[in-house]
Amino acid sequence: MRSVSIIGVGCTKFGERWDVSLRDMIAEAGVMAIEDAEIAGEQIDALYVGNMSAGRFIEQEHIGALIADCAGLSRLHIPSTRVEAACASGGLALRQAVLAVASGYSDIVIAAGVEKMTDVSTGTAADALAAAADREWECFFGATFPALYAMMAKLHMRRYGTTHDQMAQVAVKNHHHACMNPIAQYHMEITVEDVNKSPMVADPLHVLDCSPISDGAAAVVLAPTEVAGRLSECPIKIVASAQASDTLALHDRRDLTTLDATVHAGRAAFTQAGIEPRAVDVAEVHDCFTIAEILAIEDLGFVEKGQGGKAMEEGLTVLGGRLPINTSGGLKACGHPVGATGIKQAYEIALQLRGEAGKRQVDEAEVGLAHNVGGSGGTALVHIFTR
Amino acid sequence: MATQAPRFWRSIPQRYNLSGTHCTSCNEYFFPPRNLCPNCRRGAHLEEYTFKGTGTIITYTTIYNATEDFERLTPYNLAIIQLDEGPKITGQIVSSSTGVKIGMRVRPVFRILGKEGDRGIIYYGTKFAPLLVSSCTEKKASV
Repeated sequence: MRSVSIIGVGCTKFGERWDVSLRDMIAEAGVMAIEDAEIAGEQIDALYVGNMSAGRFIEQEHIGALIADCAGLSRLHIPSTRVEAACASGGLALRQAVLAVASGYSDIVIAAGVEKMTDVSTGTAADALAAAADREWECFFGATFPALYAMMAKLHMRRYGTTHDQMAQVAVKNHHHACMNPIAQYHMEITVEDVNKSPMVADPLHVLDCSPISDGAAAVVLAPTEVAGRLSECPIKIVASAQASDTLALHDRRDLTTLDATVHAGRAAFTQAGIEPRAVDVAEVHDCFTIAEILAIEDLGFVEKGQGGKAMEEGLTVLGGRLPINTSGGLKACGHPVGATGIKQAYEIALQLRGEAGKRQVDEAEVGLAHNVGGSGGTALVHIFTR
Repeated sequence: MATQAPRFWRSIPQRYNLSGTHCTSCNEYFFPPRNLCPNCRRGAHLEEYTFKGTGTIITYTTIYNATEDFERLTPYNLAIIQLDEGPKITGQIVSSSTGVKIGMRVRPVFRILGKEGDRGIIYYGTKFAPLLVSSCTEKKASV
């Protein structure tokens, strides 16, 4: 297998983008990445795009061909594939692109992600997202996504003494980081009190414990590492790409306070990279709800099981702490256009490792990690990057 | 709204009974029934099994903001219940004056789960209610 590097990145502004369409956003992100990589369309061997549910959100399927068309590549007849793993669709697109280059089958490959969620009502969007859970044995009985994560939170609180204030710290931190990220959906600081006072969605999760509904697109250009140095001034090496699955329904899991898919993907990634979790300098983890970030840092081995809440209290993961997490603002505050999220994570890590993250730059960041989850943990992807 | 009848009215007897499967090779119980045992796979010996229905609440939440189909029920309690034979399932907990608690014992009750508008199809299925041990014994004593 060949070593693979990122030679170009692009990402649109995330948020309620009523003025632009899915087509506009994917073209914008794609062109940014291609210009950043300074390559020509003729050099592109393949496209992969992560998209969860354009069928429900904009009544458009066949997104693979669509993005090639929108990017002005239709006359080059480049193979273009849409992949789906709910909120992990972006991470999955990145992994498919990595495999294509690593195998030697393709050289220059683009991994993109896009979701246009605000063209439908909030209720329709929530229902489309609920399709990532088990329709017949969870949703049929009234389960919602916040409810599934709320049940993980409730048990985590009971077992490990985690408090809602500790969960709220995740939102406070990620909003703080987002204020320094020009593409983030929210540029406003919040307090623990703001989170506690916001309306309850599913006890113990309030509105401000939840990631928003967002529009956005992101893209990265991959090349074999052996030529990446010639194509880019600062190529970012992808030293691990791992994926794991688990039961679709939360209730069928071995343990309701652990995402085993994250544990398995994390372990495989650290083995591939030949490093320990403590070697990571900066990470983007899947904080679709505040409790999800606490579970993620435990399941990836950054802290002991049960210590995630305490780590939030101690400021371990804030910019300036020992391991800054979600410097982009995370899903919570940068926004969560589901198909785009996994690629945006790679975009943020690439900026951090290139030293181009502006006010939110982590000093001397050399090793970065991106962790993307589908549904309540049926799919997890972990990628590790180095300078 | 287009009817969802074909999807949910396809023969799913487990909607109305807590019937599942039991793998006699590894002695694990499954609800809903599985065609393949994740432990033994093709080496499995699966037989039909009807659960007693009693179980324990492992975790729960109270939902204040639901999808359109369930909005009329808010706030409602949703829990993951571990049946006494082992499998865990997701279900609503109906009126409990004492409040829902982790570790609470529950029993199944047959209820309306959803309606497609005022004149549409009604979906039925299982919810759970607190198992009041003391009142059960009182009843037995009076009989």
